[in-house]
Amino acid sequence: MSIRHGLLALLERGPRYGSQLRTEFESRTGATWPLNVGQVYTTLSRLERDGLIVQDGSDDSGHDLYAITDDGRTELRTWFGTPVDRTSPPRDELAIKLAMAVGAPGVDIREVIQSQRRHTLKAMQDYTRLKAQALADVPADRDEVAWLLVVEQLIFQAEAEPRWLDHCESRLVRLAEAAATEPSAEPGPAPARGPARSIADRARAKR
Amino acid sequence: MPASTTPPPPASSGTPGGSPVLELRALTRTHGSGIAEVHALRGIDLSVYPGELVAVMGPSGSGKSTLLTLAGGLDTATSGQVVIEGQDISALGPKGMAALRRRSVGYVFQDYNLIPALTAAENIALPRELDGVSVRKARKEALAALAEMKLAEIADRFPDEMSGGQQQRVAIARALVGDRRLVLADEPTGALDSETGEAVLALLRTRCDQGAAGVMVTHEPRYAAWADRVVFLRDGSIVDQTVTTGADSLLAAGTTGADA
Repeated sequence: MSIRHGLLALLERGPRYGSQLRTEFESRTGATWPLNVGQVYTTLSRLERDGLIVQDGSDDSGHDLYAITDDGRTELRTWFGTPVDRTSPPRDELAIKLAMAVGAPGVDIREVIQSQRRHTLKAMQDYTRLKAQALADVPADRDEVAWLLVVEQLIFQAEAEPRWLDHCESRLVRLAEAAATEPSAEPGPAPARGPARSIADRARAKR
Repeated sequence: MPASTTPPPPASSGTPGGSPVLELRALTRTHGSGIAEVHALRGIDLSVYPGELVAVMGPSGSGKSTLLTLAGGLDTATSGQVVIEGQDISALGPKGMAALRRRSVGYVFQDYNLIPALTAAENIALPRELDGVSVRKARKEALAALAEMKLAEIADRFPDEMSGGQQQRVAIARALVGDRRLVLADEPTGALDSETGEAVLALLRTRCDQGAAGVMVTHEPRYAAWADRVVFLRDGSIVDQTVTTGADSLLAAGTTGADA
């Protein structure tokens, strides 16, 4: 889980206290995913329970300090060395919305697509402004470099959506044209097919 | 100029101001006639202001390239007007058109279109020389333009001695040398890799921030996102558009939405 490992990565640079970890996490990621202090302390207590960190005295101002353990370092190396799992995709509201919009009465699916496209392009414009600002001066410290990587991730991730929407739109146009020239292809009520199979099942069946 | 058909400038952070550099008014382009009639553009209204970069997106056949060729006076509208710096270009004769294209409008094409027998500096100086500027002054301007783009070292290279990204940056320098304030770019990043394409966009962005007006046709969302405004075309009509807000408001609002 990303907060857990993010905190471990910060603690590898030396003992730190809770609100300091929060500040450093946010400056690394440009406050893209703000943490509340409660989350930080909950995570720290779980890390401590699992033996990945220990309490390590306090600083001059009386803040309780935490330090990473050898097990914590091993856990962190494993995290960096393991790809993030993408094989069980989280539920995507847009995919569900488009799936439901196909043939839905009173819904213009092209308008659903366009309003999403506008929204996402707008978000990309805003991210790109941030990125242009970040690039105006050569990023100097590691927080600035890290923030640039994060904002570019937001742009690249967002970009997949208008590309997919463009594809959906032209796919729908082509299917409609095919249906128009071939009257028998008129979609009637779908035959009962038994329970739908997951994408993973289908992939396995194809092997 | 009549203000009635001119929409107010968009409230974007780029704060474009003044009179539009380019105005398209009820612009229509039809090919063929009768049963074979094809409407490439159907009544486009679009104003582009100094300091503004507009991206035009849409599926192939939606009229993107037609819009750009009409805006630059490379093709003639069936009806409607193209107004560049307050001047209706249909009122200009062929000579006036050529002068306008040379003095006010710069083009950037996907395949750079540099003249192979001329060096980078000569390519940039050529439109100025054609416009009656002395050879010496035109070269000085060209070198200054190259220096500004950190390309001074390639001034005397020929196009086949430059990378694609360098050629495209020279093409942008050529498009904006002199007093030209309107740049029309057709898929300017088409043949470039991601990082070079971005450098080209950053340059176009900078030139617009310095007061030029730009219209760019692209099918790449990531490049369109550099624009102040994204205009969506479908079947020859503008169906939608977006403006950017200030980056600061985005940060202030946080971006926790989808990922929290």
